[in-house]
Amino acid sequence: MNALAARRRHPAAIALLLFLGLALVGATYSLFAPKPAQAAVATADKVADGKALFQANCATCHGISAEGTKSGPTLIGVGAAAVDFQVGTGRMPLSAPNVQAPRIEQVKYSQEQIEAMGAFVASLAPGPAVPDKATVEAEGDVALGGELFRVNCSMCHNFAGSGGALTRGKYAPALYGVEAKHIYEAMITGPQSMPVFDDKNIDAKGKASIISYLKTVETQPNVGGMNLGNMGPVSEGMFI
Amino acid sequence: MSDPRLPATFENPGLPPHVHRAADTDPRAAKRAERQVAGLFTLSILSTIGFIVSYFAVKNDTEAFIPFIGTTNLLNVLLGVFLALALLGIGFGAVHWAKTLMPDEEVVEERHPIRSDDESRAKAVGLLEAGAESAQLNRRPLLKATAGTALGLFALPLGVQLAGSLGNPTKALDELKSTIWDVKDGKPIRLVRDVERTPIKAADVSIGAVFHVLPETIKESHHVLEDKAKAAVLLMRLHPNDFAADDLGKKAKSWGYEGIVAYSKICTHVGCPVGLYEQQTHHLLCPCHQSTFDVTRDCEVIFGPAKRPLPQLKITVDAEGYLVAPQGFAEPVGPSYWERKK
Repeated sequence: MNALAARRRHPAAIALLLFLGLALVGATYSLFAPKPAQAAVATADKVADGKALFQANCATCHGISAEGTKSGPTLIGVGAAAVDFQVGTGRMPLSAPNVQAPRIEQVKYSQEQIEAMGAFVASLAPGPAVPDKATVEAEGDVALGGELFRVNCSMCHNFAGSGGALTRGKYAPALYGVEAKHIYEAMITGPQSMPVFDDKNIDAKGKASIISYLKTVETQPNVGGMNLGNMGPVSEGMFI
Repeated sequence: MSDPRLPATFENPGLPPHVHRAADTDPRAAKRAERQVAGLFTLSILSTIGFIVSYFAVKNDTEAFIPFIGTTNLLNVLLGVFLALALLGIGFGAVHWAKTLMPDEEVVEERHPIRSDDESRAKAVGLLEAGAESAQLNRRPLLKATAGTALGLFALPLGVQLAGSLGNPTKALDELKSTIWDVKDGKPIRLVRDVERTPIKAADVSIGAVFHVLPETIKESHHVLEDKAKAAVLLMRLHPNDFAADDLGKKAKSWGYEGIVAYSKICTHVGCPVGLYEQQTHHLLCPCHQSTFDVTRDCEVIFGPAKRPLPQLKITVDAEGYLVAPQGFAEPVGPSYWERKK
């Protein structure tokens, strides 16, 4: 004890004391912090699991039976595809209130949990289902996809899919590094500001072609110098 | 008016006394400046060598990660950087040389008078008169007249071409007022998808959907791009309750079909394609100058430089359930022009 008391005026003592205090507060917080409710996903009934997950994690904003509240829209009739898109790209659960939900790399739920929530939402009313792998990854016509993309999508997402601004802080996100499944689901569900492009508007082949076009644009080598965000002649003109 | 404290005339203060630079007085400073200039020129020399070496040494398909630029072609970056340093070295070296070592004393060089002396002037006039006399310009008026006319008339072909290229003003105005939506034979025109050119059933348009639409007459068009530039239409379906309850909202709804409405895609500001439809706010945004139109109130301008709402295309369905336009636009589409009424 005497050794400690003798060193109490050591220059490092205050730093050590602060560190100990912070560690103590952190450890205590982690013991008492509220944990996100987790429903068991082992049971066979996906809809029941999804309902439990929904009520524990989504009902605050979307309402206890997904009828919608002032903070979030109703999910009746949005379909499993909307759940798979919003949760699968990390947009939901919303990390903070904002004009629009941003894409987040770190997805909060496992694919199993997302499917369970999708099954619950789909059980409320018919809506677009999650497209199967064969539809999403079908070989598309890149030239047709390019034409469809330029007519239907490029005004918001830019001709090369690098995104662009909308009104009042909203924006159309860049389409690089997005899974083909999620691009497909965005087209059939029309998330947030985006309009719906269902199969009556652009058929499954057209959608596969659009995805093929985007993947081609994304992977083509950049033979020039800096691409300036692929924003087109305006930004390029500014730098020449 | 005049301040009594001020003198009647100001004296010319002349140039301020010259201040010598460090390099003019201190041999060590001059030596330092010399080394700096030589250093800049050496940087240019090394960069030029670097340019030539990388031109031959780096393959033109090598990609590399460059901070702030991303993964890009290495050769382009190296060539660009070395070329820039080579030129900057020469430029900065020359400027630094001029500013530190070259003489900087002000020198006044008086300009000689512009007027020539009388003798030279008389001589020049004499030369001109002798030339005109030897060409027989005054003695042969026929040559003078025909040469003048020939030279004068030569301006006409240029003028005729210019005037002709302006076109027939009446026809040009008609083209501004008409689109290929105008019904010629009383038969309503079907709406077709922009890329596939297939007709659209009203039942195919779900709420929140957007279709980029052309008239079916585009198939017979001889000038597809010109016609498309005026006839492009955006088709949206809103929930019928989403329309505003006022007159504008009622008009928009009544010109549509079950909440499906069609508007010209050509901005009334300077004619950009207005295509950014936000299905939650029902706002249409023009990407060029951010003019924003409210679809629930007949595309009224709510933000930006556009002065008029987008013209609505009246639509209905035919016997087979396909969307048709029974008449063309009620007003000219696109930006304003002088002869427009409003």
